[in-house]
Amino acid sequence: MSGPPSLASTLEPSIDSVNARPPGARVRFGGRVTARDGTSARIEDAFGAVIVTTGAPPEEGTLVVVDGTRSASGVLAGHVEAVGAARVPFPRAGGEFRALTDSGRLRARGLRARAEVLRGIRAYFDAQGFLEVETPSAVLSPGMDLHLTALEVRGIGAERWLVTSSEYQMKRLLVGGLSRIYQTGRAFRADESGARHQPEFSMLEWYRGFEDAESVMRDTEELVQGLAIARHGTATLPGDEGPIDVTAPWQRLPVSQAFESLAGVDMWQVLPDEESFFRTLALVIEPKLGRSRPVFLTEWPASMASLARLIPGRTPPVADRFEAFVDGMELCNGFGELTCPVEQRARLERDRAERARLGLTVHALDERFLSSLEEGMPPSGGNALGIDRLVMLLLGAQDLREVMGFPQDRI
Amino acid sequence: MYDTTDIRKNLKFILDGVPCLVVDFQFVKPGKGQAFTRTKLRNMLTGTMLERTFKTGERFEKADMEERQQQFLYPEGDNYVFMDTKSYEQLYLTREQLGEGANYLQDGMMVDVLFWNERPIGVTPPTFVELTVIETEPGFKGDTSSNTLKPAKLATGASVGVPLFVNEGDMIKIDTRTGEYVERVKR
Repeated sequence: MSGPPSLASTLEPSIDSVNARPPGARVRFGGRVTARDGTSARIEDAFGAVIVTTGAPPEEGTLVVVDGTRSASGVLAGHVEAVGAARVPFPRAGGEFRALTDSGRLRARGLRARAEVLRGIRAYFDAQGFLEVETPSAVLSPGMDLHLTALEVRGIGAERWLVTSSEYQMKRLLVGGLSRIYQTGRAFRADESGARHQPEFSMLEWYRGFEDAESVMRDTEELVQGLAIARHGTATLPGDEGPIDVTAPWQRLPVSQAFESLAGVDMWQVLPDEESFFRTLALVIEPKLGRSRPVFLTEWPASMASLARLIPGRTPPVADRFEAFVDGMELCNGFGELTCPVEQRARLERDRAERARLGLTVHALDERFLSSLEEGMPPSGGNALGIDRLVMLLLGAQDLREVMGFPQDRI
Repeated sequence: MYDTTDIRKNLKFILDGVPCLVVDFQFVKPGKGQAFTRTKLRNMLTGTMLERTFKTGERFEKADMEERQQQFLYPEGDNYVFMDTKSYEQLYLTREQLGEGANYLQDGMMVDVLFWNERPIGVTPPTFVELTVIETEPGFKGDTSSNTLKPAKLATGASVGVPLFVNEGDMIKIDTRTGEYVERVKR
């Protein structure tokens, strides 16, 4: 924001902003002493460090407010005021300061990149005339997907589960007459933990009423391309195996073709054995996808998409579902949405029976969602994208936990 | 019994009748699909590495191991010699069987030797060991931060990242579970 200088504070917001000031500038800032000798101290925060020349530097760990003048290489201090102290040797292994600053300040940079991504998402969708919405986290029915486990919430009075995705509620808004909606919220999936999974994660979900899957695929391309350019100056992401050119458009590759060209097997032959299907997909195909250019896997077998419409005229039946892969990792999952209430009920009943057969929690059908479809839902494209994974890709990080402020092992 | 949610680094279980140690693992799950846990395992009898992918929910037998304190005597060719300080019985383990543990052994050090079915198969060094730095670039005086690391070679031949202020000849404490520097030790 530009405008008159704020009177709220005379302190610099962070030490890298101190370092950005020209020599001769008066600076005031807070930070932590992390090293010292007889005449100078290094003052640090999560984003940077500056050498401050001062008479008698306070000991390591001391929190200070520095009043001084920017020099060619650091800050000449007029006054260094100690405002707090560490009661343990500083920085402490496993402590908060190290958590943000280790590995070249990776987590601190991750938090900044996340804020940048959230701003970029809002700028993109707002410019397209979307409305930002919020839907509940605790719902009656968290989805019937066989391979997602929901977390139960107690204390609301009725049966409630944390959403694994907000699709039912957002579709009700489409029925209600909103056509372009998006939200950035939290999704929860039990028993998912690893370098690319966390039980609580941030998800961007958006819908275009009266449009199709292709329209939200184009959003995905433009959003990622724009964020890459904003961060790196070019439409390139630092991939694990080299730079990834994310310039739109991305390839659309039917899943069956991916099975044939990347695993050398016929998907329709593998499909009846669900475990083989997922083994081939997860262990053989996915690691090869999106290494130099992102790719959309499209045209999924109908059994792999309970909420997508079928592509007309295809035998065996194929669902209008897509997933984008970047650097061997799934970034999003979207559909040309199913709008028929009869077909939707039949599919959820089928999944429900299958959950019962497998001994999984059998959730109630979301009758409000099903009944909303009876009012008529416009044909729509919808997509859900993992924000944490997007941050990871922008930074070239290899583990979600490095770019999340509080992954499970830090809660 | 264990199942796939128990898998973590250093977990020991029986796979196809052989005790295995988890060296690395990765949770893999296609968006709306079945989950797998990919593992890199060490066969604890031979020291060889293998890769296996388990589907979520698979179960494994626990490897019942017993640890007995022994003294490390000296390396002999490709073997490492240990002795029971009560019975004076000696036993030999190979470099492969020791794995990472070989990086921290000093002559005379007391260690836990791992037995499976009365058979010595590995060694757990003490959680913290103090070792001398024999090679590293000169340090920056006054830099007592632990944020930036430089490589250092230890008396046992192991390599470790150390803060900039650590110099050759310094004694440092290492966490053998992670292989990471803990602190400089005053002599």
